Amino acid sequence: MNPANYLYVSVLLFVIGAIGVVVRRNAIVVFMCIELMLNASNLAFVTFARINGNLDGQVIAFFTMVVAACEVVIGLAIIVTIYRTRRSASVDDANLLKR
Amino acid sequence: MVSFDIPQLSYFLLGPILIVLCGAVLAVVVEAFLSSRTRPKVQLGITLVTLVAALVQLWRIRGATTMDAAMGSVAIDGPAILFQGSILIMALLGVFLIADQQHFTVVASTLPGSSEERESLQSGEQMTEVYPLTLFAVAGMMLFPIATDLITLFVALEVLSLPLYLMAGLSRHRRLLSQEAALKYFLLGAFSSTFFLFGSSFLYGYSGSVSLSGIQAAVSSSSGNSVFLFIGIAFVSVGLLFKVGAVPFHAWVPDVYQGAPTPVTAFMAAATKVAAFGAMLRIFYTAFDNAYWEWRPVITTIAIITMLFGSFVAIAQRDVKRMLAYSSIAHAGFLLSGVIALNKAGLEATIFYLFAYGIVTIGAFAVVTLVRDSQGEVTDINRWAGLGKRSPMVATAFSLFLLAFAGIPLTSGFIGKFSIFSAAYESGNTLLVIVGVLSSAIAAYFYIRVIVLMFFTNPSEDATSVVIPSFLTSATIISAFVITLFLGVFPSPFLNFISSTATFIR
Repeated sequence: MNPANYLYVSVLLFVIGAIGVVVRRNAIVVFMCIELMLNASNLAFVTFARINGNLDGQVIAFFTMVVAACEVVIGLAIIVTIYRTRRSASVDDANLLKR
Repeated sequence: MVSFDIPQLSYFLLGPILIVLCGAVLAVVVEAFLSSRTRPKVQLGITLVTLVAALVQLWRIRGATTMDAAMGSVAIDGPAILFQGSILIMALLGVFLIADQQHFTVVASTLPGSSEERESLQSGEQMTEVYPLTLFAVAGMMLFPIATDLITLFVALEVLSLPLYLMAGLSRHRRLLSQEAALKYFLLGAFSSTFFLFGSSFLYGYSGSVSLSGIQAAVSSSSGNSVFLFIGIAFVSVGLLFKVGAVPFHAWVPDVYQGAPTPVTAFMAAATKVAAFGAMLRIFYTAFDNAYWEWRPVITTIAIITMLFGSFVAIAQRDVKRMLAYSSIAHAGFLLSGVIALNKAGLEATIFYLFAYGIVTIGAFAVVTLVRDSQGEVTDINRWAGLGKRSPMVATAFSLFLLAFAGIPLTSGFIGKFSIFSAAYESGNTLLVIVGVLSSAIAAYFYIRVIVLMFFTNPSEDATSVVIPSFLTSATIISAFVITLFLGVFPSPFLNFISSTATFIR
């Protein structure tokens, strides 16, 4: 199969994730969309590794997974504190800072 | 069969970063095992010793110029040393402010307003996780501007960002605002770093290499699919412009600056700018320089919008921290003109401006930590009226910092603005210089308005008081004051030092 097709999938996933971040209001869902975008980048890296014929892209994919795991730890900690305080994880409810 | 080479690391040249990371790990261990009585002092000691040791190690490697420190993943050169030095000095001053634990929540996991929170406040215990978090962030910041491949850049970006997301949520007063700032900073920061990563993947696809030198070689030979290059440059720029707070990507800046504990804001505002602009300079000067006709028009437009937007919106602000946040957006625009200049003068000017601006920022936020009432800090500008009559010293220091932001002669801000605009002019970008000078004039209006308010308005009724600064806080304000004046009056030794060392190796 033509490796360029994987690239289209990765762009599609990235766009779906980006639209999700903009449209969805629940912080957890927004965060999941961000993870989707990270994985879209991973797919692009692996595809390019195949196209370019070297392993650098696959190595980056591993680094990205580790970084994404760290981000989950930090992100869920922040979202859970917010939820415990307000009983809501909606990003629209967090609006005290708009003066 | 792929052969596997044993990596050769130069621990001596990587010393400053490794020292900071070791200090951070040690601080985590101390946090877990030491009793809560002794912890704050020990943590502060470890942090300060670590930062000073890293500065000493940096001084020992000051002449080094090599790409081989970590198998070509980091570059040790003049700008690298200057960026790392600036970050370490700002971190030291920032830690002096962080040492005032009045600003930080006692136990971050307790609910705001709950009985656990009151109990933990009364017990006198103090969690001190902010120190290791600071050190981890500093290590990431030191790695970001010296990284020369996409993996190291991405990892450094995350190492510097993740601790800052948490630190933004640690405020003791107005905890809801602080948690909200952490959430916004985290979601938008993670969003932008996915853009950086996606852009990196296209740069890798374009060039077949993850190193900046490989990308540069592909750009100059214009081999490969140029659509990949456009997408790569655009997305990586979005990630970087978010970190510096340039205009379409600035939404987090005012909220996070206002919501985060003020010492964290001071440290973050100063040091993150150095790290992000350092990486930006290195990427644009060493990897994308031959493709400048693709990114220069866009970044020029962004710089112009950023300068004007920051200056205009700052006029309407009624909150000191928000005003300083919008002023930092305007300054990001000025700094971008140095990046666009794409000449040696632009590089030198940006390095000088970053240092000068960072020191002034820390000084200004240090003053903000001092003006309080019974509820904590007072950031409403109108309640600062008459501050000059009640505490002339503090008001004078704040006025000097505001004048330096405005770029009035005899302050470091003037030298910074002058050198950055002359570099932009030298590169033939007259429009940028004109807009820059105009928006500086607009910005001067609201800086001077605050000075007039402090010195020539009668104090309002409600009781705000300036607390007696702790030794470390006054040390921060005095050193920021002295450096700002010194760089404004005798800039030449420092400018000569920068110009003798600031050349990127490729």
